[in-house]
Amino acid sequence: MGVVTDAWTWLTTGAHWAGPEGIGQRLAEHVYVSGLALLIACAVALPVGLGLGHLGRGGALAVNVSNVGRAVPVFAVLALFMVSPLRNAGYVPTVVALVLFAIPPLLTNAYVGVREVDRAAVRAARGMGMTGGQVFLRVELPLARPVVMTGVRSAAVQVVATATVAAMVGQGGLGRVITAGFALYDTAQVVAGAVLVAALALVVEGVLAGADRLLGAGRPRTGAADGRGARARRTHTAGPAERPAAGPTKWDG
Amino acid sequence: MSTPNCLVTNDWICGEYLRTRAGELTDALLQHVGITVVSVLLALVVAVPLALLVRARPRFAGPVLGLTTLLYTVPSLAMFSLLLPVFGLSAALVVTGLVLYALTILVRNALAGLAAVPAETREAARGMGYGPWRLLWEVELPLALPVLMAGVRMATVSTIALTTIGSVVGRGGLGNLIEDALPTFFKAQVLAASVLCVLLAVVADLLLLGLQRLLTPWARIRTAPGGG
Repeated sequence: MGVVTDAWTWLTTGAHWAGPEGIGQRLAEHVYVSGLALLIACAVALPVGLGLGHLGRGGALAVNVSNVGRAVPVFAVLALFMVSPLRNAGYVPTVVALVLFAIPPLLTNAYVGVREVDRAAVRAARGMGMTGGQVFLRVELPLARPVVMTGVRSAAVQVVATATVAAMVGQGGLGRVITAGFALYDTAQVVAGAVLVAALALVVEGVLAGADRLLGAGRPRTGAADGRGARARRTHTAGPAERPAAGPTKWDG
Repeated sequence: MSTPNCLVTNDWICGEYLRTRAGELTDALLQHVGITVVSVLLALVVAVPLALLVRARPRFAGPVLGLTTLLYTVPSLAMFSLLLPVFGLSAALVVTGLVLYALTILVRNALAGLAAVPAETREAARGMGYGPWRLLWEVELPLALPVLMAGVRMATVSTIALTTIGSVVGRGGLGNLIEDALPTFFKAQVLAASVLCVLLAVVADLLLLGLQRLLTPWARIRTAPGGG
């Protein structure tokens, strides 16, 4: 296919990587807004989700926030920011939009992670005389970690994907390679940009999955130690779609 | 008439805009609904046989689930762009991309729904002389329906949001209106199209929930307190 060779040629042309509109600059913008948004979202959503999980309150909020996130198009939110005075504030509109869409997976998984901790372990800790704070730090948090980390991982992938859409409203990031290609009627550039964006998303997903596996190597995985029982209980409670922690999220629209 | 100048002053909410552009809004909404319905139905038509295949031949499970998850990780703008050389600037491009995304959710939920059918029920049906097709059609699919429908609802709601990205090739339904309004900072149009998009998602979700209740009258009695 001619377009594949054309896209490859576009990608391997050194001039396309340099300069203020080059791939290097766009990639840097993408990583910057994504990283910043993820940090802010974690700082906001994790304490709230973990706290609500510990107290056992606000479950409806923690779960429904995901449904809201799915229904609201990212493109619409970014466009609303860009027709408001916020458009003159540099990267702010993008970062705010990314934070908003990173919060649902973080909040839901933090909440569900703490809530799904075996109640017997919590009761045992209380029986040993631990205070609420100690139960949270020494029992709930370590046991909830895998689910919380899944949330961080899906939020990260989500943020990287969503940052692409920022290009559609004229903000920076790798998506600009694609939108510039569309504006120039240059299919090769569109495909080249898409390959870059897809590669970045897959690399982030791969790296985080690898890190997750590496960090989790030392501990028995939930469900593996007590495989049959845990799995049967899980399918019985709800299918994967109804389990927000395990359900896939896609809302980079 | 004191309101018409809300178009001039570029207000967020403008009755005059809604009145004069009602046709444009309806067309965009219909395109949005059309793209969503076709995408979800096509995805369903592909996903259910795929799930049945995976169940019958478990060695396909890894490749099928792996491939759909891989596709799911690709950002929407990149997905539509990668399909550009194949489909050109067409609605088929948007629909294909959306089908690929919806597949992931639907295959997973179809599999989970089928797995949730109790083995005893299956045994009982076989003992009563049900063949494999009748077992599937009269026992397994109805029992898998709640989980499958949960997937259909999730896929529909995300498809409605993702359709807006189709505006990059001019086939994004309400997304087209948002994109057209950006260069002139036309607030009323961006807000109206965004609100309609969210409303559409909510209405679609409620309609599907109603459909699910109609199709599974027995589930209502059992799960009434928990709500599913």
